[in-house]
Amino acid sequence: MNLAATATNESLAQTSNVLIYSAMAVYLLAFFAYMAEWLFGSRSKVARTAAALTGGDRKSAAAPVKVRSAREGGSTAVLERPEVITRSASGTRDLPDGPGAAGGDAQGDLYGRIAISLTVLAWGIEAAGVVTRALSVQRAPWGNMYEFNITFTTVAVGVYLALLALKKNVRWIGLPLVTTVLLDLGLAVTVLYTASDQLVPALHSYWLWIHVSTAIFCGAVFYVGAVATLLYLFRERYESKLAAGLKPGSFATSVMERLPASATLDKFAYRVNAAVFPLWTFTIIAGAIWAGDAWGRYWGWDPKEVWSFITWVAYACYLHARATAGWKGRKAAYLALIAFGCWLFNYYGVNIFVTGKHSYAGV
Amino acid sequence: MSKASMNDTGTGKVSATENDTGTATENDTAERARDARELGDAGSTLSTAPREEREDTTIGGPTLGIVGWFRWIWRQLTSMRVALILLFLLSLGSIPGSLIPQASVDELKVQDFKERHETLAPIYDSLQLFHVYSSVWFSAIYILLFISLIGCIVPRTWQFVGQLRSRPPGAPKRLDRMPAYATWRTTAEPGAAREAALAILKKRRFRAHTVGDAVAAEKGYLREAGNLAFHIALIVMLVAFASGQLFKSEGGKLIVEGDGFSNTLTQYDDFKSGSLFNTDELAPFSFTLDEFTGTYERSGPQLGTPRTYKADVRYTTDATGPEKKAVIEVNKPLDVDGSKVYLIAHGYAPVVSVKDGRGKEVFRGAVPLLPIDNNVSSTGAIKVMDGYRDKNGKKDQLGFAAFFVPTYGGKGSGQMFSRFPALDFPVLNVGAYHGSLGVDSGLPQNVYQLNTDKMKAFKDAKGNVLKKTLLPGDSLTLPDGAGSITFEKEVKEWASFQITHQPGDAWALAGAIAAIAGLAGSLFIQRRRVWVRAVRGADGVTVVEMAGLGRSESAKLPEELAELAGTLHSEAPSAPDPAEKTVEGAEK
Ligand code: HEM
Repeated sequence: MNLAATATNESLAQTSNVLIYSAMAVYLLAFFAYMAEWLFGSRSKVARTAAALTGGDRKSAAAPVKVRSAREGGSTAVLERPEVITRSASGTRDLPDGPGAAGGDAQGDLYGRIAISLTVLAWGIEAAGVVTRALSVQRAPWGNMYEFNITFTTVAVGVYLALLALKKNVRWIGLPLVTTVLLDLGLAVTVLYTASDQLVPALHSYWLWIHVSTAIFCGAVFYVGAVATLLYLFRERYESKLAAGLKPGSFATSVMERLPASATLDKFAYRVNAAVFPLWTFTIIAGAIWAGDAWGRYWGWDPKEVWSFITWVAYACYLHARATAGWKGRKAAYLALIAFGCWLFNYYGVNIFVTGKHSYAGV
Repeated sequence: MSKASMNDTGTGKVSATENDTGTATENDTAERARDARELGDAGSTLSTAPREEREDTTIGGPTLGIVGWFRWIWRQLTSMRVALILLFLLSLGSIPGSLIPQASVDELKVQDFKERHETLAPIYDSLQLFHVYSSVWFSAIYILLFISLIGCIVPRTWQFVGQLRSRPPGAPKRLDRMPAYATWRTTAEPGAAREAALAILKKRRFRAHTVGDAVAAEKGYLREAGNLAFHIALIVMLVAFASGQLFKSEGGKLIVEGDGFSNTLTQYDDFKSGSLFNTDELAPFSFTLDEFTGTYERSGPQLGTPRTYKADVRYTTDATGPEKKAVIEVNKPLDVDGSKVYLIAHGYAPVVSVKDGRGKEVFRGAVPLLPIDNNVSSTGAIKVMDGYRDKNGKKDQLGFAAFFVPTYGGKGSGQMFSRFPALDFPVLNVGAYHGSLGVDSGLPQNVYQLNTDKMKAFKDAKGNVLKKTLLPGDSLTLPDGAGSITFEKEVKEWASFQITHQPGDAWALAGAIAAIAGLAGSLFIQRRRVWVRAVRGADGVTVVEMAGLGRSESAKLPEELAELAGTLHSEAPSAPDPAEKTVEGAEK
């Protein structure tokens, strides 16, 4: 037995812990900055939704998306591109997206930018924490639930920052995301902490890299989708209330006004979930192949396998619902939340409450 | 572009919105209905999803006799709504199997559960909750789902083939009702503009043709193809899985270092096979276990956790073939002749020798013992069946209940359990019996258990069963000259293997890959239509209208249309507009 190979690098593990705690501190600052963004933004209330619904603002609601080219130097000035006018499908409300958390308030926007900068910083520190952890054990940083958690939150924030970098309208995810990241990391460093160590032989496989990394990535993306779905449900209720002539409370108004329109949230959630569904399919199949190598059968209805399957079927259900008359909108959204609930249960519930072949994941 | 020109070009749009703001909602609803109808027509055959027929029959179902009923049931079963419900039921139905112990996974746990829950167990039993995944109700759900799936795929495939053979439908009357729309007045002739549009669309791999005054084009057929491929792949996977279950064989074999195994039914310790399996299908290979190596964590909080397990083997694919060396590890089965050999478990086999009453060695060998904890404390039986005579020369049989620890905690450490899984301080404890081992009774015997029903214990001074803890090299002498047993200075390791032959694996894998590819096509490709109409307006100037329609709303669609419009615009440039000229001029 090679003792040197199994010795874990204690000081690197220590560094990793310090980095994770530091990342938590910076996330906490980011959290306050996001709060400030929301608080300052609330000063400028613009009841655009109600106006759009009552029809006074109808024209601007259906405002054309202008797609112009920056092409200059045509022989005459008329050689501009024709404009493309878009219409929503009939039956959906034609509502403008909210202005975002800052609500057009300059100070709020400043805080929002600070929050994003802090999130980037915290993310960098956390990523460094994950990398040093990986180096300290000389393997992929997902051998137990603690490592799984820190990697998971890093990827979730990474997805958010990537979407921001791609200029997608996702700033509204910031606050809920950072809040749950803090909770998750808190859980990780207290309840789930496991000292760094090597893996049992059953986990020695390159499928570990493939299967678990895609599982983590899918989870992070599903999570972003679930946040969008939840906000969609709130915003949709708010819009229905307005449409029915009711007057929602001032807090709800203040928050909801600043979110994107329900149709936008719905579409965003769908895209996110649909985009990652094939990868989730792949994750399960990769797991099956690995199980085939490790346990001599590729599918054996182990609790973890069962719940991956349930999650998969639930998301398939959601995608189907989106294509089925009478199931679009709220019903489909509930299905998406149920599906994410299955994912969560598979991750926490099965590891903690159910014993199966996957229970070496070291709670 | 200036406001004036927008008003001018987007005529239909603007007047419609003005109506809306102005008067009654009746107009509005009527208009919406017309909108929906036109959108529906323009988007027809843009997918092959079954049309959702909402309550097309009166309450109480059809009154059409058996054929009618059958049709009605079939239509329900293959509707998207029922597919959705069945999918939901499938995920719901999978849940109990993950929470209640399953006989197919762990029989012992089921027994244990049944003992602990006396009232619940019979109820669970009658609901088949101990084998959910082969239960009648679970099977019913997935069989219905797959019937529904086939009933859905077949007509959809036909429809899709039809769509591939026909051409995209002509432009709807009012293009400005489509989700993305652009228009301008051009100096080009209508015919030339249409031709240019046709060329541009074809160049971008649209299927395009001219119908009347407009060009109709469509792209993204791969979406549908991918979707169908995905659903067909699901069926392939299910069939592969099912046939694998029917034809598979799976057996276990425990082998001590130095021993071998050849793949025939009689050599297995236990053997299971699917109902269509034929023993002739066992591949004629054999292998020998040269050495098993296990290493364990020596320090830290995970002390004793296994780090490596590997088995060095030599194997041949038939009796006469050359021997090849291979290493089998936990994640790396050996693949021979379509069968896979997995390393499943390991343990120790201390070597013991037994002398009989006449001093003759009647047994010598490594006795595999079964681990009972993570530190490989092991139990088992040492049986001396033949050749033993007591001191009077009378035939008898000997049996020893064996308990073994690879790392002894030392005297005074309380119970004799192992401290560490490696062979650091091996100790063997034996309890001695003689009499009939019960081997001849014809009943199957568990090699690892000593049945003492027909045996008599040797007694120690206090009248208890004679027991002794042996270090390597130590012996236990049986009373009254009945012989002795010696723990030789050697402990071998054993490994147990699972040998699986499961046809259909390749099909399942192929289905899985096709499913992912199809799914990616289905979810990432947009199927969309583009129409370009060019007609001479009332003032003699050509008006170009372009519109796009997709299966689902997508931000990409207007972008693509804008690009197409831009390209077409460079070939059919805007005509100077009398009203616009002044405004444009003023801006300059
Ligand atoms: C084994 C069960 C099934 C699974 C796992 C499954 C899964 C899926 C998935 C993931 C999609 C992609 C959704 C999308 O394109 O947005 C889809 C689409 C579709 N499925 Fe299924 N499906 C199953 C059974 C069925 C059945 C029984 C039917 C027939 C009624 C059906 C009809 C369709 C149709 C028509 C679409 C296309 C929807 C669209 O174009 O958006 N599926 N299915």
